[in-house]
Amino acid sequence: MKAFLIAVVAMVIIAAGAYQILEVINVSTAKAGTSSENVRLSE
Amino acid sequence: MHRLIAAFLICLPVLMGLSVASGADAQTNVPPQASTVDTNPAVSKLDDILRRQEGLKTADDAVRATETGDPDNAMPSTGQLGTLGGASDADLWRAFRFGKADITTQARVPAATTLIQDGGMWWLDFRRGPLQTIAIYLLGGTLLALALFYLVRGRIPIEGEKTGRTLLRFQAFERFGHWMLASSFVLLGITGLISLFGRTVIIPALGHEAFSSVAIVCKWVHNNVSWAFMIALIFVFVIWVVHNIPDRTDLRWLAKGGGLLGGGHPPAKKFNAGQKLIFWAVILLGGSISLSGLSLLFPFEFNLFGHTFSWLNGLGAPGWFGFADLPYPLAPQEEMQYAQLWHALISVILTAIIFAHIYLGTIGMEGAFDAMGKGEVEEQWAREHHSIWAEEIAGPKTTASKEP
Repeated sequence: MKAFLIAVVAMVIIAAGAYQILEVINVSTAKAGTSSENVRLSE
Repeated sequence: MHRLIAAFLICLPVLMGLSVASGADAQTNVPPQASTVDTNPAVSKLDDILRRQEGLKTADDAVRATETGDPDNAMPSTGQLGTLGGASDADLWRAFRFGKADITTQARVPAATTLIQDGGMWWLDFRRGPLQTIAIYLLGGTLLALALFYLVRGRIPIEGEKTGRTLLRFQAFERFGHWMLASSFVLLGITGLISLFGRTVIIPALGHEAFSSVAIVCKWVHNNVSWAFMIALIFVFVIWVVHNIPDRTDLRWLAKGGGLLGGGHPPAKKFNAGQKLIFWAVILLGGSISLSGLSLLFPFEFNLFGHTFSWLNGLGAPGWFGFADLPYPLAPQEEMQYAQLWHALISVILTAIIFAHIYLGTIGMEGAFDAMGKGEVEEQWAREHHSIWAEEIAGPKTTASKEP
């Protein structure tokens, strides 16, 4: 079952990595539905 | 004082007369407006309101979508009951409802200008009603069918005498790919079902606050573990697609039902026809789930359904089955709603298929789990279930193994 354990570890690493990457590039599903905190009314 | 009162009484009728005349003048300044309640098909009638409350479509939505106001025909804004702008309130609300209004919002996000999304209630009703019913019947029915099958057929044993020798069935990288796909799918399935049944099952059981924490964790897991699923899906496709191309052996295998019901073991290569069906179901349905999932992960960025519906309407496909044209164009929210329904529906179907796969790979068949557990299988098992492959790997059977 070594392959299973390595696969689970890989899954966790990929999930955490994906989260970090999306955070860094500032992409999230929540932000697509809400305005930014500093709204500029003149735009 | 008496004179003053007398003068007031004499003047009163004159003042009243002037007031009435002034009111009459004001009325005559306003052009007469005929009621359009009975003649304008855009005006909601009681029947329409009742149908809408029942979640049914109203007949005149197409007309209503066009009745969004003509500034030239509006009441003059200078009149006593004039409008503030070019369109009446009813016209304006219809324009909101059918996406015809020119809207500017403070929020700079793609769907912010859709203030009323008419299709949303249909989606909400379907999600908390038929979709959950389908999921319960499909998943519950599959589990029940497998339990009945187990009671009737029992565990499929290795029929011949075991050799004590093993054959390498799957290498470590193959098992790695399988288990990453499987473990991510299980996590996605559990978190997806919790999200789907949260409002109807879990909130009544645990309460809103407890479910809130559960939902936050589930959302994080579902959104991020999905990447592992997609990577694993591509990985297993690359390593196994060569072995899963259908051939004549599969027709013979299918004709005998794989030996599941009638006994016997039709010849099979590395993957038999049943496993090939599972493979292609995972690739195609998993691929479709991934695409709709990506559409949900990046809301409004790429829309799958509006273009597909338009293309199908162009072919006349809905008419082949007696249906009206599919809705097009779709509001941004509608795109997401169709993506969510498709994502959930296909996921439930794939989960039911995977239930059968898990059953046969574990308690349903003796020796099957070793293939993915250890990577090596009993030679006799291989000769019974994958005779062509076993002969390629180990050569013709020896006296220790018995071909059924």
